[in-house]
Amino acid sequence: MVDSVRAEPRSIPAGGEPARTASRWRPRRKHNSYWAAPLLMISINLVLFLLFFLWPAVIGLKYSFTSYTGVGPAPWVGTDNYQRLLHDPAFWAALKRTLIYTACVVPLIFVASLGTAYLMVSPYSRGKTVARVIFFLPWLISPIIAGVIWRWIFGENFGLVNFIITELGGKAVDWQTDANLSLIIVIIAATWMNTAFNMLLFIAALKNVPTAYYEAADLDGANAWQKFRRITLPAIAPTSFIVVLLSTLGSMKEYGLVVAVNAGGPGTDNNLIVQYIYTTGFRRNQIGYASAASFVLMLILVIIAVVQLLANRRKGS
Amino acid sequence: MAVATKPPVPRRRKTARTGDLPRKIGTSSIMWLLAAVYGFPGLWFVLSSFKPAGDLFTYPLTLFPKKWTVSGYTQAWSQFDVARYFVNTLIVAVAATVLTIVASAAAGYALAKYRNWWLKVFAACILATTMLPGETLLPSLFVVVRNIGLYNSLSGVVVPAVITATGTFMFRQFFVTVPNDLLEAARIDGSGEMRTFLRIMLPLARPIILTLAIVSFQWRWNDYLWPLIILNDPRQFTLQIGVASIVGAQNVNWSVLLGASVLSMIPLVAIYLVFQKYVMSADINAGLKD
Repeated sequence: MVDSVRAEPRSIPAGGEPARTASRWRPRRKHNSYWAAPLLMISINLVLFLLFFLWPAVIGLKYSFTSYTGVGPAPWVGTDNYQRLLHDPAFWAALKRTLIYTACVVPLIFVASLGTAYLMVSPYSRGKTVARVIFFLPWLISPIIAGVIWRWIFGENFGLVNFIITELGGKAVDWQTDANLSLIIVIIAATWMNTAFNMLLFIAALKNVPTAYYEAADLDGANAWQKFRRITLPAIAPTSFIVVLLSTLGSMKEYGLVVAVNAGGPGTDNNLIVQYIYTTGFRRNQIGYASAASFVLMLILVIIAVVQLLANRRKGS
Repeated sequence: MAVATKPPVPRRRKTARTGDLPRKIGTSSIMWLLAAVYGFPGLWFVLSSFKPAGDLFTYPLTLFPKKWTVSGYTQAWSQFDVARYFVNTLIVAVAATVLTIVASAAAGYALAKYRNWWLKVFAACILATTMLPGETLLPSLFVVVRNIGLYNSLSGVVVPAVITATGTFMFRQFFVTVPNDLLEAARIDGSGEMRTFLRIMLPLARPIILTLAIVSFQWRWNDYLWPLIILNDPRQFTLQIGVASIVGAQNVNWSVLLGASVLSMIPLVAIYLVFQKYVMSADINAGLKD
């Protein structure tokens, strides 16, 4: 029966088509007669797009096959840059560190922002207005300042955390000189900073879940976890997808926060990929080589986005 | 099933009854514990900035300064040129925000109210800028900006940042909801297309304008990497570069750093507290992130 209902509209166009096109024809022509005004309206963005997006993309691709230094000629070197990248330990180290960082920070952001959003829409919590402002304030703070704040708390000889640890009889921890501990501070700071915005997205999504679903579940005797797992999570899936995708892309491009927390150190242990590109391109003036690294980063970001998109689509169907 | 049984349990989730007291206490305490965790780092930082330089590192640490002082602030202001960085950052943020709103509103309106094949292509191009963000084109974008003569100038920081897919689509979503009849009526009355947009449509979009203004101001105020690449002359530096340069020094002068950092946060916090509702309650679109 379902099939016959579905098939029905398909058979209609044979007879219904002329009428349909006739009704569509008029507004279409009307819209098409306007071209000067919309062109003028998009002109600023169009020029900016061509100048600061398309043009850099084209010459960037070209530079990635040259040994351009930023000035003078750009000698063609073929795929040398890409081959060199494959054997560059600094590049691989930065890439690996970035992937570890992203893999740690994205789940934390997800849990923190969904958790706070859940509390913000819960009918049981009191004082939500003030709490929401507190949760949201970190959004106003720049990555640099956020890094400074957490560096101040985790200072090795003066920080609050080490003070408390020593007061409790422990031994001061090497927050700055140990590469992994140092990365953990960046991860904590990133979670703290990125919760706010994603929390807003989740609040909007949670408010849109029809209450009738929960009422029905209540009648069936479902507990809180079952309701969350079976009703809330599926209902907010589109928002979850956006949060995961944007956080992943954002973490892959992290730079300012790391600079403020530890400058990519100790040594170069916590150099992330954007810092690697910045150092090669602008400190060592290897624009050609840095362009090649940029295109590899772009490729990785596109792959991540496509994989997540496909995974999301499969889950949806 | 749910529909049939709905009347006996009206608005159960909206208002928690007094019988839920334990649950209320539990949920509220979890929330306030989390709020304390999120609020404490900022509080500790701000309180520390009022401590005398000598007390910053002397154990035992205290939450409140034993003696309140603003010497960190005055030092930052006099030695470290905060005033100049402040003005530079303000110029960048205001100029970029105004231009972003103009460009995004116009493009968003065009995408919502006109049908042309090239507009669809344009929409796809704008969307591509979110998927492939500026960081991936850093070296060549720098060369382009330098070649058109904007290196080491504040306009070099502003102009490439004006285009934003988020802003454009925020306006598009909004203008799609504005009835076409309004546009038709204006046309019948003989109003030109640009005039209709500027006089009728743009004023309607006031909430969107304010939301984007705050968001865009925050983006540009907090920008670090792009200004760092474009600005070479210390007199052109923005606050973020300035603060990062104190952190990057061999011996970090924490007293100045704390003062300068807190000063740099004041404008955004003030703007946020005034225009809160435009950020918190706006139907923030999922794409709202740069």
